[in-house]
Amino acid sequence: MTTSTLAGQKRRPYSRILIYSVLVIVAVAFLLPVYMVLVTSFKTPDQVDISTMWVPSIAPSLASFNDAMQELAPNFGNSVLLVVPATAISAILGSLNGYVLSKWQFRGANILFALMLFGMFIPYQAILIPLVQFLRSIGLYGNLGGLILVHVVYGLPITTLIFRNYYAEVPTELLEAGQIDGAGFFGIYWHVLLPISIPGFVVVVIWQFTQIWNEFLFGVTIAGNNSQPITVALQNLAGSQIVEWNVQMAAAFLTALPTLLVYLLLGKFFIRGLLAGSIKG
Amino acid sequence: MKFRKLAALGVTAAAALGIFGAVTAQDALSGDLEIFSWWTGGGEAAGLEALIASFTETNPGVNIINSAVAGGSGVNARAVLTTRMLGGDPPDTFQVHAGAELNDLWVRAGLMEPLNDIFEANGWMEQYPQGLLDLISDDAGNIYSVPVNIHRSNVLWYVPGNLEEWGVTVPANWSEFVDTTCPALQAAGVTPLAVGENWTQAHLWESVALAELGVDGYNGLWSGATSWTSPEAVGVWETFGQVLACSNDDRNALSWQDASRQVADGEAAFNIMGDWAAGYFLVDLALEPGTGFSWAASPGTDGTFMMLSDTFGLPVGAPNATNVRAWLTFLGSAEAQDIFNPLKGSLPANTTADIGNAELYNAYFQDAYADWTGNAIVGSQAHGAVASPAFTNGFSGIIASYGADGDASSAAANTATLALQTGIGG
Amino acid sequence: MAAQATVSSAPPRRRRFNRDRLTAILMILPSLIFIAIFVYGFIAQTGYTSLTDSNALQQLSRLPANFIGFSNYNDMINGTLNERFRTDMVNTVFFTVLFIVTCLVLGIGLAILLDQKVKGESIFRTIFLFPMALSFVVTGVVWKWLFNPTSGLNALPTLIGLPRGEFRWFISQESTLNFFWQDVPTILGFAVAAILVLAAVYFWIKKRSMVAAFVMAGGLLLVALVTFGDPNSLITLERPEQKGFNLALIALVVAAAWQMSGYTMAMYLAGLRGIPEELREAARVDGASEFGVYLRVVLPLLAPITLSAMIILGHISLKIFDLAYTMGGGDNLFIDMPGLNMYFLTFRGQDFARGATVAMVMLVMVAFVIVPYLITQLRGEKSL
Repeated sequence: MTTSTLAGQKRRPYSRILIYSVLVIVAVAFLLPVYMVLVTSFKTPDQVDISTMWVPSIAPSLASFNDAMQELAPNFGNSVLLVVPATAISAILGSLNGYVLSKWQFRGANILFALMLFGMFIPYQAILIPLVQFLRSIGLYGNLGGLILVHVVYGLPITTLIFRNYYAEVPTELLEAGQIDGAGFFGIYWHVLLPISIPGFVVVVIWQFTQIWNEFLFGVTIAGNNSQPITVALQNLAGSQIVEWNVQMAAAFLTALPTLLVYLLLGKFFIRGLLAGSIKG
Repeated sequence: MKFRKLAALGVTAAAALGIFGAVTAQDALSGDLEIFSWWTGGGEAAGLEALIASFTETNPGVNIINSAVAGGSGVNARAVLTTRMLGGDPPDTFQVHAGAELNDLWVRAGLMEPLNDIFEANGWMEQYPQGLLDLISDDAGNIYSVPVNIHRSNVLWYVPGNLEEWGVTVPANWSEFVDTTCPALQAAGVTPLAVGENWTQAHLWESVALAELGVDGYNGLWSGATSWTSPEAVGVWETFGQVLACSNDDRNALSWQDASRQVADGEAAFNIMGDWAAGYFLVDLALEPGTGFSWAASPGTDGTFMMLSDTFGLPVGAPNATNVRAWLTFLGSAEAQDIFNPLKGSLPANTTADIGNAELYNAYFQDAYADWTGNAIVGSQAHGAVASPAFTNGFSGIIASYGADGDASSAAANTATLALQTGIGG
Repeated sequence: MAAQATVSSAPPRRRRFNRDRLTAILMILPSLIFIAIFVYGFIAQTGYTSLTDSNALQQLSRLPANFIGFSNYNDMINGTLNERFRTDMVNTVFFTVLFIVTCLVLGIGLAILLDQKVKGESIFRTIFLFPMALSFVVTGVVWKWLFNPTSGLNALPTLIGLPRGEFRWFISQESTLNFFWQDVPTILGFAVAAILVLAAVYFWIKKRSMVAAFVMAGGLLLVALVTFGDPNSLITLERPEQKGFNLALIALVVAAAWQMSGYTMAMYLAGLRGIPEELREAARVDGASEFGVYLRVVLPLLAPITLSAMIILGHISLKIFDLAYTMGGGDNLFIDMPGLNMYFLTFRGQDFARGATVAMVMLVMVAFVIVPYLITQLRGEKSL
């Protein structure tokens, strides 16, 4: 910031100081919970004392992570088994849908697309009761299969939306060239679109991965005992039994770790998903 | 009506088949046995595991599937169970509280098999207390589940040494607590009564109601003999309010363990909790019964035992009914109850169990057993003995509203409406 | 959001590729069927259930549910037993407003600061945005610990020698801005009237359109109706039921805003980067201060982003479930939300009909926010 040809660089220094101090203060505030999680996780149960919450342990211990890992390991596995297929399937379907909706528009396609999009905003409570009954009737209630199906279906709107917008930017001439070469629907998809779809897929996969990993309502109502995802296990750990805070914090950390890593490593794509889809909570 | 008759017929036929199956296949059981419960942690899970181990020893051919659903204090388990029953896919046997939770839902819907033959064949009609049998039977005398344990709800916990230090004694009734004990403790800077989140408040409420209304009045709430809006019933809410005023104000942030721990830590003087708290004091906090912690019937309820009981039943259409019958026969035996209850920290329901054995049952349970056999027995509202799930859910809302506005007459009126709506006392 | 032009348009050479067109439709058909069933079919079924007295006992007994019309809805608004639902409605409104305002203010503030060609911008951005990657369950567990009334955030001031904080956060039982449930029709009436009047003024100033007169008339008529009629008689609930802004909601807002304000920051930042420097330069040449540039040039250009952010945050807050569940344990009415009530009614109380009723109310609230948004977005198409 020393070379300055840009306007706005001639600002008085104290305003710069002000800007930085505000940013640093807010950043520290944002990181407080992280500090707390780490400080508490590294304590042993007898060191967890409400009066010294903010003080780090003199003798840090990994025991809480060990305990939390033992509690959460099966659910961590469930979440992985859930997230991988659900993300893959919804990404592939979204890509196909996006291709159709951007390049093979048919009558009423826009209305159907709008109706589809509505599906990603609805409060899932509004479909929960019939959903549970339906899954029950097809034998998918209480297992991972049901959860995967649910996440694929309710993931369709957002994956379709992202791919539709992504493919919309692909010049139609590219496709026309493909058609002249005799390629059909799949030929164009396979030879023209897929090779340039990687960034789209990265955005969608990261998005779906994060959403499904973090999801709770379906997990708590649809999963069976042996298929509960990690968020449900964390809530059970924190909510029902007497579990020391150090273990709870360690468990929260472990639950957050995968999505956090994805965010830190691939943040650019994460934000693109956030903005391109623009939406979803 | 027609439906009920048909269902009853079906039930009888199935029962007949069941006996036949049990007799012929006694020594060569095979196949699966799915046991559905919400026992996923601590002593209760250990107890269930031990039962399963013992059962498998004598029945090596049976493959036991332990379907324990965690979380939400049984809410998740109940949701899963309801869904499975609705879908015609019952587990072989499932955990259910004796009383309304069993009768008002599963039995009324005609989904449970009567088990009288098992009770009669094993002499249990004499070995189980009549009051308990009543809670698991319908009006026609059909018995629908096998109790494995007894818990007491109306217990007051405290640390004797602390009381001495603060110069208070165990209050005999709520007016003594509110007028004498509570101000003395507050002056000493101690929380008189530690209370936790919503359901523990409902738990406290039933102890207050029992004390204020007496056994008959309390039972009348559920039979319809006591009006929910009578001056006495409104009085329960008023007393409840005075008691809450003597408690900590961070109730909604505390689990029952947090509240019990406040007593052990000397932050609070008393806590009212079911006797699962004995296990918490004893095992988790490593306190000696009698000195490190002690107990009494909750104020004004001496001589009454408010109970809840975990039982297992046989749903209509269970895939492995023969195995279930063998399992239930085992579960109700004194032997099985002596395996399970010391681990779970509860009383055996079968009176022939080895309760005198101090190796198995600690001082608290020796004491509680004397009360169980000598006291008047009433059912717990907060734990499904006298009220259906629909009532319990609505009641949690009333408790929460009362916590916010403290309006006794509206709480009483709302409970009356709720009782009407959910068919309590009708 | 990020303005992307949709090229779209029909594929080339319609007739030659009829078979491909059919393939295309066949490829999207399964997704459409799934959405039709899982979204619209199920909503219809929930809607029907909410008009019955369906419950577990009835279903288990294989008895049909009775159709009882809208009495469940009436019960929610007027029944003495459904105080929880009414508290939830009030909580939702206060939470939503506070949550949106907090996120917008924090978001735009941080975005403007980061837009000042700050060193280490990407580090700051990463810090402000990382909570977005977490589950609300994680947020709830962590903040529940931080909100511990005897320590946690309350103990922070003591680290620098100040007195300990006394606010009880999510277990606070205090409330302010109190009113009675019976006042709700009046309050709603005036609120709608105010919106109509403002809209009329806007139409008149911007477009000189005659629509303004009608809207204004409608607004004034509503004011008259509310003032001289007796709108409170619409509520048949007899007992005066006090409602208000529960301060415990602040805890929920802090945790939720911690998680989501990075998101509004990212939206605003993308918007700011899209504003050509020449526009600002022009304003500066006209003698505007740096503050004035933001006020007159930048903020108006960010208005559409603000609208989108409000809608997105609004629909999240209207259906929030996991955060309140994790923090409140389920039965803390001071931070209760309709999503929780629905869950407990359905799965604990086994009262499917009332659970469905709450769910439908939630759906209608969300649809109220989302449907106009979707329509304008898709009609404008270019801005999607």
